Amino acid sequence: MKLSRRNFLKVAGATSSAALVAPALARGAESHEEHIGAIVGADESSVLVDTTLCVGCRACEAACSEKNQLPAPPVGDKVLDKKRETGPTALTVVNRFDVDETGKELQQQPEGDATKRAQRFAKTQCMHCVAPGCASACPNRALDKKPNGPVTYDASRCMGCRYCMVACPFGVPKYEYEALAPRVVKCTFCADRQAQGLKPACTSVCPTGALTFGRRADMVAEARKRVYGNPDKYVQHIYGEHEAGGTNWLYISDVPFEKLAMKADVIDKPYPDLVKGALGVPPFVMTLWPPLLMGFYVFSNRRAANNAKHDAAHGDSEGHHE
Amino acid sequence: MSNVNENALEPRTWFENKILLGMTGKEYVRSLLTPINMLAAFAVACAVFMFVWRFGWGLAATTNLDQNTPWGIWIGFDMMTGIVLAAGGFTIGATVELFGLKDYAPIERPAILTGFLGYLMSIAGLIADLGRPWNMVFVMGSNGTASVLFEVAWCVMCYSSVLFLEFTVPMFEWLGWSRIHRVAKKLLLALTVLSVMFSTMHQSALGSLFLMAPGKLHPLWYTPYIFILFFTTAVIAGISMVIVESGLSHKIFHAQFEGQHVDADALTVGLGKAGAIATFAYFFLKVQTVTDNHAWGYLKTGWGAWWLVEVLGFVLLPSILYAYGARNRRARIVRIGGVFGVLGIALNRLNVSVIAYNWNIPNHYVPRWSEFVLSFGLVGLGVVLFRFIVNRMPILHPDPAYPQEH
Ligand code: SF4
Ligand code: SF4
Ligand code: SF4
Repeated sequence: MKLSRRNFLKVAGATSSAALVAPALARGAESHEEHIGAIVGADESSVLVDTTLCVGCRACEAACSEKNQLPAPPVGDKVLDKKRETGPTALTVVNRFDVDETGKELQQQPEGDATKRAQRFAKTQCMHCVAPGCASACPNRALDKKPNGPVTYDASRCMGCRYCMVACPFGVPKYEYEALAPRVVKCTFCADRQAQGLKPACTSVCPTGALTFGRRADMVAEARKRVYGNPDKYVQHIYGEHEAGGTNWLYISDVPFEKLAMKADVIDKPYPDLVKGALGVPPFVMTLWPPLLMGFYVFSNRRAANNAKHDAAHGDSEGHHE
Repeated sequence: MSNVNENALEPRTWFENKILLGMTGKEYVRSLLTPINMLAAFAVACAVFMFVWRFGWGLAATTNLDQNTPWGIWIGFDMMTGIVLAAGGFTIGATVELFGLKDYAPIERPAILTGFLGYLMSIAGLIADLGRPWNMVFVMGSNGTASVLFEVAWCVMCYSSVLFLEFTVPMFEWLGWSRIHRVAKKLLLALTVLSVMFSTMHQSALGSLFLMAPGKLHPLWYTPYIFILFFTTAVIAGISMVIVESGLSHKIFHAQFEGQHVDADALTVGLGKAGAIATFAYFFLKVQTVTDNHAWGYLKTGWGAWWLVEVLGFVLLPSILYAYGARNRRARIVRIGGVFGVLGIALNRLNVSVIAYNWNIPNHYVPRWSEFVLSFGLVGLGVVLFRFIVNRMPILHPDPAYPQEH
């Protein structure tokens, strides 16, 4: 294992977690923040998804559809046989993953309940990035990042360029291609419920505690405690802690995240940073080009004038037709 | 385009003179019945038909776009490619007005007109693609965003206006409005500075749009410096298009060039020299991208072969043709280089925005036939407008009433 900064932090987190398993969550969180510096988006609201606790009941899907007045999701476990994506009529989708031949995490624990461990479930929805690519891409501010966490959408400002779909590293925003006045559709983090002090609909119905809603700093601390405190059980990675510069939906798992179809090519930088260099070009162009170009103009004019003088002195009208 | 005015005994109306080329309505309609015009009419009908279908039935009915592929050829070809091929407006404008290379003055107006029409058609394609085009007004008001698309939108709008104003110079000559013509002509210098400024910004920003899609655009094409590549290709496209276009115009509209001392071959050779330098520099930038990304391994894959087709066949080859043609003063070779140059830049834009985009998902987007119909229609419409204007206004030849003193 090469000791990158991230791996170093993991090791640091793991060792400190081991010593901190017992103390209260809040104190643990404080120590962590002291230990590795401030957590991005510490005060934003966040959800920790513990995929080891999800049983695939899809209560969250039903609650989400009801809250957002969308058609009820299909009933019965048969739908889990096929991998589904979120779409214009489903803001969250639970998928089942068969993980019989999984990585070493499972093989190390052969005495575990094999039947239960052969399947994993994961809910997908917008990750609500701390620094969202989609919102920074939107020229109309139709997608907007709220200070308390949610990334919201306002169809009355959207011109339907779909650049947000290009810019989201998680492939989240979906489009109503069938409609004549199409909208971008994605999970809203139930921003309106949050404004009333309520939890997001999906998290409030989860029967197993797979979804924990809270302050991002607390969720990161809780995730670290579970993951680095149980290195035999969990994959030593918190998906969303650093992905895309940090997301407000955090995932932990006992199987590699690729097995749960979580995107592996998301880079650890905030996506809006990717265009920073390019966005620095216009001011430079605007201040430098006009004087530079006028300089060229003056120079070429002077040269033309000199040539004319030269020609006249020699009684030479070459190059000028009468 | 011929002067059918010999039998004009009774005076013609203004409309007949200015719009109908000095013919009566009946004569004019009869003169339109040529095979070329039939094809043009068909293209325009295609564009109109597609607009009705698109806005009456929606994007799902008219395109193959899906949740993974939000941008198809209406963005990748009409917008990305259309705009780069219209770059001749600012490159030649700068050459003539700012760098003082007055020899190129005869091709300045056609280049500006092509640029203007190119942008109009691109914007038309964009409107078809936008889901809610009526909300475009919000782009103008929403400052403070960190959006590259915001920059693109503003610059395209400003530059189109600048091109229109530049185009008013010949238009006022045609209308005979000499006072305002003098004003427009005085403004030309300032407009040219603006045109270079806006072009630099939005041509490069079109590339920056893809900076946000690192995993989606293939590593052979993705680079943090994509905006520099896009600007370079805009210059190359500008030069190449002017070479191709002036060659074609001289062939098709040669009657209009009569009596002018334009040495088209010498101009072409000169452009070839500039083209050789720009294209060769671009070739090295392309290679540099692969080194920067440590992407040499990909060259062994099918994508690598495709990259080589683009870079060897449509970057290196035109640069060699340009250099050879310019050195040996062979305008024909330069023109062939121009064709490869134009195709190469178009291929690059399509690769970035459509072909190598989403390279690693199983169901790759293939445009629906109806998408091609709109693009074909818009290109046709552009050509129709170009011919219409060139046959009436002093674009390819100076208006005798307005001496081209400099
Ligand atoms: S996951 Fe995608 S859609 Fe959601 S906030 Fe992040 S960038 Fe935006
Ligand atoms: S489609 Fe709408 S929400 Fe998305 S970037 Fe464009 S204007 Fe913004
Ligand atoms: S946060 Fe709200 S909108 Fe998002 S998945 Fe949960 S219930 Fe649906």
